[in-house]
Amino acid sequence: MTGVIIAGAAETDQVGKLPGHSTLQLHLEAALNTLADAGLTTRDIDGIATVSFPGPVQVAHSLGITPRWMDGTAVGGTSFLLHVRHAAAAITAGHASTVLITHGESGRSRVGTARYAPSPSSVQGQFEAPYGAFGPTTSFTIPVLRYMKECGLTHEQLAYVAVAQRRWAAKNPRAMFRDPITADDVLASRIVAWPFHLLECCLVTDGGGALIVTSADRAGDYPKPPVHVLGTGESAETPLISQMADFTQSQAMRLAGQAAFAEAGIAAGDVGHLMIYDAFAHLPIYGLEALGFVARGEAGPFIAEGNTEPGGSLPLNTNGGGLSYTHTGMYGMFAIQEAVRQIRGEAAAQVAGPEVSVVLGNGGMFATAGVLVLGRQPR
Amino acid sequence: MAEKAVPVPTPETQPFWDGCAAGELRIQRCKDCGEAYFYPRPVCPQCGSADVEWFTASGAATLYSYVINHRPAPGFEDEAPYAIAVVQLAEGPRMMANLTGVPNTPEDLVLDMPLRVTFARRGAVSLPLFTPAGPGK
Repeated sequence: MTGVIIAGAAETDQVGKLPGHSTLQLHLEAALNTLADAGLTTRDIDGIATVSFPGPVQVAHSLGITPRWMDGTAVGGTSFLLHVRHAAAAITAGHASTVLITHGESGRSRVGTARYAPSPSSVQGQFEAPYGAFGPTTSFTIPVLRYMKECGLTHEQLAYVAVAQRRWAAKNPRAMFRDPITADDVLASRIVAWPFHLLECCLVTDGGGALIVTSADRAGDYPKPPVHVLGTGESAETPLISQMADFTQSQAMRLAGQAAFAEAGIAAGDVGHLMIYDAFAHLPIYGLEALGFVARGEAGPFIAEGNTEPGGSLPLNTNGGGLSYTHTGMYGMFAIQEAVRQIRGEAAAQVAGPEVSVVLGNGGMFATAGVLVLGRQPR
Repeated sequence: MAEKAVPVPTPETQPFWDGCAAGELRIQRCKDCGEAYFYPRPVCPQCGSADVEWFTASGAATLYSYVINHRPAPGFEDEAPYAIAVVQLAEGPRMMANLTGVPNTPEDLVLDMPLRVTFARRGAVSLPLFTPAGPGK
């Protein structure tokens, strides 16, 4: 175990379409909600972490916090999982005692945010952009045809990932999409980048979330039940989708998972609740196999047989995920938030008392991965 | 209409683009371990050696994976839906490319089909693309 807990966790008041909020404002609202959740004030925070825009200096300054430790790791949507991991190390080393991690993104309304455009002299600008690769829908999606050929995944099984998650979203009043759908509905939605249809691609929303990480020695000092950080892992594979070593598996997900499970001293069978970053419908498939919940090629049938939906043996993406709940662009924070709610017992679609929840985050297009093993009790 | 993205070479990638301008697919190889690799960089990703050299690849490849993009990037409006492919060179490395000389449909684009390199002008550079390699070629 890491010796730290998540003592505070909250999202912005609303997620979805928030044209009245800038990206920075979403960070700050999430921070204030999280401080209230933990019964703390800005004076109690001595460490701060967030991604490069608006960055830890801006967030700290806006809140009147003078950090003695900061982390600006920005490796895509999994960054916040890495911030938790880095905060655990910092707290253990005595570099900080109470770390605030924030996310906010005006991903839909684009208020006060930066526009993504690779430099034409960057590796992406020279070797991907000239081919009309333009954002995640055109590159994150490329590996799946190879996976389908080698592992036998069908179009219907891929579509069913969205169906299973919609069943969770139906139970979550904050989810953007809640109406039941069938695999036929998914396959009838317009093609975005074949073989991906619209309903196999994540939402694009506005929102934020934040966490407070502190020493497990202080468990019990806060209003909400502590969420123990039992294990953490991180890895990186490639900045270019074309250079992913094997299009049928994510090395970064596998290595991050192995590190986190080893630190926590758990196996897949110990996990009662699971969050896998789902920017697209194939990610839960790659994630289930990378973490060892199923063997290679089994994840599509596993989901299609109902194992991950309400009533199934392995509750997965219980907020509805990026496909149905919300996806601001860097979704990892929301995956952590849902795992915290499930461990605390306060989720909208609460599963029966999970002792251990695992969060798998993706960054970039199979570029980076982070894993957190969270628990109700220390191990 | 917006223009398609045009690569801007850097010193370490210039030999690749010089090769394209000459109608050759020049990539790198490690002189210590023999690993051929792409994208251009001064260190072998297999063994870490800086003793690397340029060579001209055969231009033969196979279709490793792809999507058919229906939401065009700037400059691709008239071509959508168009395939964004990753091809596997005969020498081992993979690279992204567009596929020309073949309808960009799921029926016509079959994984592992043989391809060969061709080049098209794009701004100041010549851009490698791939096209089906007929039997016996």
